[in-house]
Amino acid sequence: MEEGNRVRVGVYVCHCGGNISDVVNVKRVVEEARKEGDVVVARDFMFMCSEAGQKLIEDDIRSGKVNAVIVASCSPRLHEATFRAAITRAGGNPYMYYHVDIREECSWVHENDKEEATNKAIRQVRAAIAYLRRAEPLNRIRVDCERSVLVIGGGIAGLRAALDLAESGLTVYLVERAPFLGGNAAKIGRVKVFPYEKTAIDVVRGLIEVLRKVGSVAIYTNAEVEGVSGYVGNFDVTIRVNPRYFRDRPNEQEIEELKRICSRKTRDEFSFGISERTALVLPPFNGAYPEIPAIDMALCDKCGLCTKACDKVDFSQEPQVVHLRVGAIVVATGFKPYKPEKGEYGYGLPGVITLQELVGLINKYGDVVINGKRPRSIAFIYCVGSRRRREEGKKANEYCSRYCCVAALDVATTIKELMRDVKIYHVVRDVRSYGINEILFEEASRQGQVFIKYDVDEGEPQVLYDNGKPIVKVKDVLTDHTELELPVDLVVLVTGMEPSDGTVRIAEKLKTSRGIDGFLQEVHPKLRPVETMLSGIFIAGTAQAPRGISETLASASAAAAKAMSLVLKGYTELEPFVAFVDQDKCRGSGLCVSECPYGAIEIRGEVGGKRAWVNEALCKGCGACVAVCPSGAMQLRGLRNTQVEDMIRAAGGAHA
Amino acid sequence: MVLKKSNPQILIFTTNIISDPGVCSAGLMHLSYPAQTTIIKVPCSSMIRPEWIALALESGFDGVFVAADGTDCPYLTDCTNRTAKRVREAQELLSNKGIEPERVKMAAICSVCGEAFTRLVNDFYSRLMELGPIKVRTHEE
Repeated sequence: MEEGNRVRVGVYVCHCGGNISDVVNVKRVVEEARKEGDVVVARDFMFMCSEAGQKLIEDDIRSGKVNAVIVASCSPRLHEATFRAAITRAGGNPYMYYHVDIREECSWVHENDKEEATNKAIRQVRAAIAYLRRAEPLNRIRVDCERSVLVIGGGIAGLRAALDLAESGLTVYLVERAPFLGGNAAKIGRVKVFPYEKTAIDVVRGLIEVLRKVGSVAIYTNAEVEGVSGYVGNFDVTIRVNPRYFRDRPNEQEIEELKRICSRKTRDEFSFGISERTALVLPPFNGAYPEIPAIDMALCDKCGLCTKACDKVDFSQEPQVVHLRVGAIVVATGFKPYKPEKGEYGYGLPGVITLQELVGLINKYGDVVINGKRPRSIAFIYCVGSRRRREEGKKANEYCSRYCCVAALDVATTIKELMRDVKIYHVVRDVRSYGINEILFEEASRQGQVFIKYDVDEGEPQVLYDNGKPIVKVKDVLTDHTELELPVDLVVLVTGMEPSDGTVRIAEKLKTSRGIDGFLQEVHPKLRPVETMLSGIFIAGTAQAPRGISETLASASAAAAKAMSLVLKGYTELEPFVAFVDQDKCRGSGLCVSECPYGAIEIRGEVGGKRAWVNEALCKGCGACVAVCPSGAMQLRGLRNTQVEDMIRAAGGAHA
Repeated sequence: MVLKKSNPQILIFTTNIISDPGVCSAGLMHLSYPAQTTIIKVPCSSMIRPEWIALALESGFDGVFVAADGTDCPYLTDCTNRTAKRVREAQELLSNKGIEPERVKMAAICSVCGEAFTRLVNDFYSRLMELGPIKVRTHEE
C-alpha cells in the first residue's frame, strides 16, 4: 500500500453480554492490541453486532481514522457478513477486514483457564493485525449472465423446474435422455401416491400440459448433454438429439401393425420390466410427450419390415448436434430403483418381486395376479438395499432411502382396497412414515395390516422355500423376539433409491461432486441446499438425495428460484478470493494446472516465457494450486502467502 | 509476547466451510480443550504449504494440527489424499531439520465434529507434553 494509504487498523472487541467477557479479559485484549504498530483504535463494546456497536466502526471509518477493521466476537458464520456490510455502508472496503472468533473458539471452550483464554484472544488478534498489514482492498468480480437456463432431466423435478423458470420469462431448454418426458414418477402410474388428491401420473401429465403451452421452452427428448464448458452466466452446452426415426405420428392401425411385425423384444422399462416391448417405443401413457413413437436402435436389427408397414418410419434421420448458451443449469437427473442381487431375500425365485415390479403389475393388469392367482398373503420386506452396514470390499448403501416406507404403505393400502381378504405383513426395521404420512401408517394399521419388527443385530429376515412357496423367517422384536415363520404367496422387496446412471454421467461431465452416497452434493445442507460448488449449477429432486414426490417438487422449485435469481438480473458478482499469479515469480512449471479441479488455470506464452493464467470466473478459491507452486508465484487473493506467514509468526510470538 | 515454554503451543489450521465450523461446534457444546492453541483459517486444507508448517514450529509453536476437510471437502473429492501429501512433505522437512515429525497431526474434522476434534486435540496436547519443547530451533527467540 502507498504511504498515504497506510493501513490504519481498528480493533473492536465484543463482550457478547458476558459470553466472552466472563472468561476473556476483554480490556487486556484491547490494551495489547493498542501496543501493536498500525493499530490506531482499539475499543471494546457490550454487543458489537448491535446497531450501536456497528456504528462505532462506521464512525471510525467515516472520520478517516480507520481503513482496516478487526472484530473479535462470535463465529464468522454469524457476523462476518454483518461487519463487512457495516464497512461498506461507511464507504470502506469490505475486504479490509478480519473476523476473529473469541467466543465459540475461545471463551466457550476455555472456561476453566481465563488467563490462557485471554492470551489466546490476544494471539488471535495479533495474527489478524499481521494479516491486515498486508491486506489490499478487493472488489467482487462482475460476470454477465445469459438469460436462459438448461434443465437436465425431464422427470417430475425437471418438469417443475422448467415450468417455474419459463413462467418467469426466461428461455428454458429441457433435455431428456429417454424418448419421452415423465421419468420415474410417471411409471408409478395409477397407484395412488399419498396424500391422495392426485396420482403421480396426474401431476406429471398436468406439468407437461402447461409446459407445452408456455412459449419459451424448447424440449429435447431422446437427447443427451454431450459437453458443458464455460462458467456461471456463460455456459456453452452441446446436446445430441438422437433421431426417433419417425417422420410423423402413425395412426392406431399402423401402430398395431408395427407392434405385430417387430420381432425384437425386451423388458419394458416403463412397467419396471413386467411386460415386454418391441424396438418400437410408444408414448407410455395418455398425455405423454412427444406423441410420436421412437425406435430403440440399441434393440433394432434393421430388418426393414416396419418401413414397409408404415411410411412414417424414416431411417434416413441423423442425430442432430445442438449448441446452446445458458446462464445457469438445473440438474434433475433423478434416481434408479435399487436392483436386488440374485438370491438377495430370495430375489429371482418365483413369488419374490420388488416393490417397483409390483407397481408395474398393478398398472399393467389393474390387479395383482401371480401365476394366474391372486395372492392371499403378502409380506413386504423393508430396507432392501438401504441402511446397510459397510462390509470390507463390498458396496453398501448406508443411507435411508426415505421414500420406500411410505411407498410400501401406499401400495399395500391400494392392494387392501382391491382385495379385502388379503393378509399383509410388513417386515420392518422401522417405519419412517414421517410427517403427514403417519396418517397412511394409521390407515394401514386400521386395515389390519400386521407390522413385524426385526432387530438387525439379531439377524435379518430370511426368505426360505417350501414346496415352491416362499416363507419369511424373522425374529419379531414386538412379540418378545419370537421367531416367526410366515408362509406367504408373495414376497415384496421394498427397495430404495440409487443415483441414476444419468446422474453419475452428468456429474462427470459437469465435474460437480457426488457425496459418499453417490448422489449429487450440495454446498451445504442447510446454508446452500440446492447449489453446487460450481456457481450457476443447481440440483433438484432425487439426483441430490432420495426423497418423495412432494419434497422433489419443493426442491425443484427451490433450484429454479435460485437459478432465476441468478440470471434474471443479467449479471452476478463473485467473491474476490481467487487465485492469482505473481508474474515475476512464475516459472511456468504447470504443476498448478494439474492440481486445479476446475480447469481454471492454463499455461500461456512461449517456451522460456511460460506463465500460469487464472480464469477468475472458474476459480473457486480452494488454494490447492498455492500449495504445489514451487516458486510461490501462485497465491490466493485475500490470503496471500505472506499474510499466512506473518500470521503464523505473529501468533507464535517470533516476530519477523 | 514470547510464548511460555512450559506448556506446548499448538497451531491449528482450519478450513472456512468444513473444519472451522467443526471447531466452532465444540464451542457451541461448551467442550474443553487447551487454550494453548491458535487457529488460522484457510479455504481448503489442501492449500497448506508444507513450509508453513515448518515455519510454525520455528516461530514458537510446538505442534501443528491440521483440521482437514476430509471427504466433506466442497472443492476436491480427493482432498484427504492431497492434504496428507502436504503433511507428509512437511514431516520430511521437519525430519531434515531434526524436529520430530509427530509434531504435525492431521485429522479430518467435519462441520459438526466438535467432540472428535476436542478429543484429538487433547490427545495431541498430551503427546506434545511428553515430547517436551522442540530441541532444535532455527529462529531462537
